[in-house]
Amino acid sequence: MNRRLLLVCGMITWWVGPLAAQVPVDQGVRIGITYAPGTRPGMLVLGGTSGTVTDSVRTILARDLDFSDQFEMIYLPGGDSLTIGGGESDAENFVNYQLYSALGAHYAVSVTERQDSGLSVDLYDVRGEVLALTAQLQLGGFDDPEFRQDVHRMSDELVRVAAGAVGFAATRLLWVRLGELRVVDSDAHGDKGLATAGKVYSPVWHPNGTNYAYITFPGNSTIHLGALDSGDLRTITDGLDGQDFAPAFGPRGNMMVFSRASGDGTDLYSYDLIDGCCLQRLTVGRFSDNLSPTFSPDGRRLAYVSTRSGLPQIYVMATDGTGQELFAPFDYGVTGGSYAPEWSPDGLNLAFHRDVAGSPQVFIMDVATRTVRQLTSAGRNEDPTWAPDSRHLAFVSSRTGSSQIWVIDLDTGRTRQVTMGGRAKLPAWSRLLNRSE
Amino acid sequence: MRLSIPMTLGIAVVLSAGACASGPPPTPLAPVINQDSIDAAAAMRDSIRMSEEAVRREEQARVEERERVVRQAETEAAEAAMRENEMVREAFGSMIHFDFDRFDIKDEFVSGLEMKVMTMNANPDMQIAIEGHADERGSDEYNIALGNRRALSAKAFLVDRGIAEDRIGTSTMGESQPLVDESNEAAWQQNRRAQFEILGTENLVDPQM
Repeated sequence: MNRRLLLVCGMITWWVGPLAAQVPVDQGVRIGITYAPGTRPGMLVLGGTSGTVTDSVRTILARDLDFSDQFEMIYLPGGDSLTIGGGESDAENFVNYQLYSALGAHYAVSVTERQDSGLSVDLYDVRGEVLALTAQLQLGGFDDPEFRQDVHRMSDELVRVAAGAVGFAATRLLWVRLGELRVVDSDAHGDKGLATAGKVYSPVWHPNGTNYAYITFPGNSTIHLGALDSGDLRTITDGLDGQDFAPAFGPRGNMMVFSRASGDGTDLYSYDLIDGCCLQRLTVGRFSDNLSPTFSPDGRRLAYVSTRSGLPQIYVMATDGTGQELFAPFDYGVTGGSYAPEWSPDGLNLAFHRDVAGSPQVFIMDVATRTVRQLTSAGRNEDPTWAPDSRHLAFVSSRTGSSQIWVIDLDTGRTRQVTMGGRAKLPAWSRLLNRSE
Repeated sequence: MRLSIPMTLGIAVVLSAGACASGPPPTPLAPVINQDSIDAAAAMRDSIRMSEEAVRREEQARVEERERVVRQAETEAAEAAMRENEMVREAFGSMIHFDFDRFDIKDEFVSGLEMKVMTMNANPDMQIAIEGHADERGSDEYNIALGNRRALSAKAFLVDRGIAEDRIGTSTMGESQPLVDESNEAAWQQNRRAQFEILGTENLVDPQM
């Protein structure tokens, strides 16, 4: 152990006392999910040999693990860090489980350079005193457009092993600013505009994670298909029979349901994307509007907004239009209008926004029991969209003044801001993204 | 070849006449130059020419004046028609507004819509477009449907009073085109509306004139 580490240990002995009293220390080997309400597993990202890429990877990983909200992140005072690995002696490679445990860590992650210029990412189960995961990370360097996504995928793997949960670091969000379609990584990095056929509304991901659909609006209101790498691909509807908006892809990507505003009002239509045919009208609301469809993840049901009871409320039906019924309960004459439903990826919940005393607020409905709970209350909060972990939501909020995209963790209530600048609208969260070949 | 008797006689007469012309020619008279008469003739010619030109100029001026008057009348008529067009267009463009999340026509806008019916009756070839708008509350997508309802509601009013359906196009702008880009009730009131536009530039007749 070198002198610097000794110094750090000295500081820690002084510092651990009160901390150890606060953090309950479990005995024995821990396996699987360690999360319990109020006590999340401690996560320590260890330092190590410095290098531009290695340091960046550590920073990105630490932030991803923090954003996952699965861990209590452990930071050492004064920006000091515990180092591990890369040394020539056993002492330098020593994994000090007792120390990490005393700091409150259940898991420790180290990032070290390997001889072949790759990186090794190791996850230690501190309480079990075993190496839980070791993974080789072959990175293309900063110039590789997939560099950050590769690190995000590694973070999601750490979340899977350490928390037994789905991560969502390797995802992106589509969103709209002043009619411009934009895409941003889940950690708010790499925000950029995408080329489109006009001013944009209603962006939505294709389940493949690289294609997306949007409508041009105002104007003709036709549905367009785009791709992240090549821009616009084709138009899906021609806008001759009405103004089409709010498209939704079926979970297998072969089917689309969208809303069409015409002389008959607004109704839902389904369309076969593979054969480019078979337009089918799903709702016939001569005196009511039906819009904003969202598929259940099994592809069998659609939740949507309907005005059949007066104010817009959330209804559900089979994908062929049969069995239409009220979905999210409301008190007639009391509950405000409900809008923009999105079914969670695990199928258990439905997120939407509802008018509360003149301001939209985000609500969650438990699909099995149909119990509804309000999630937000400060400012205007609308248009929620699920992360792949079915635990985080992105939504538009005016809580700090201008409308921006925020992320909230349903379990802890923790929020963070994703976008800055001009008024943000209509976020759509992608599935987990594979490496594009 | 046999010649008839009259033809033979005719030839003889011609031959005898030719014999007379071959005598000595008459002495020509020496020309008498009278400058005064020449001048007088020239003056007469000039006078005639000038008088003719004056007549032509007067005629031309009369024609030009007639054309100018016609042109001016045409211009004035066109300007008047344009003014009338503009007046009709402007009167027709008066908006109607709606209550929050509603698309029924409020009493205060009925007379304005009745005027639009009169205008459309006075101009049987007139085609119009109605645009429905919403304020920023609700969702972006719901407001597309709501704007559509507002346009359809205004159209239904006109159709109920006898205007042919195919003369009226409708579309929705949702909340994308606020008149007042603010987040307060006064702005929202302005933004919840239907707009009317006359398509084409044909001569419009003001039903009140």
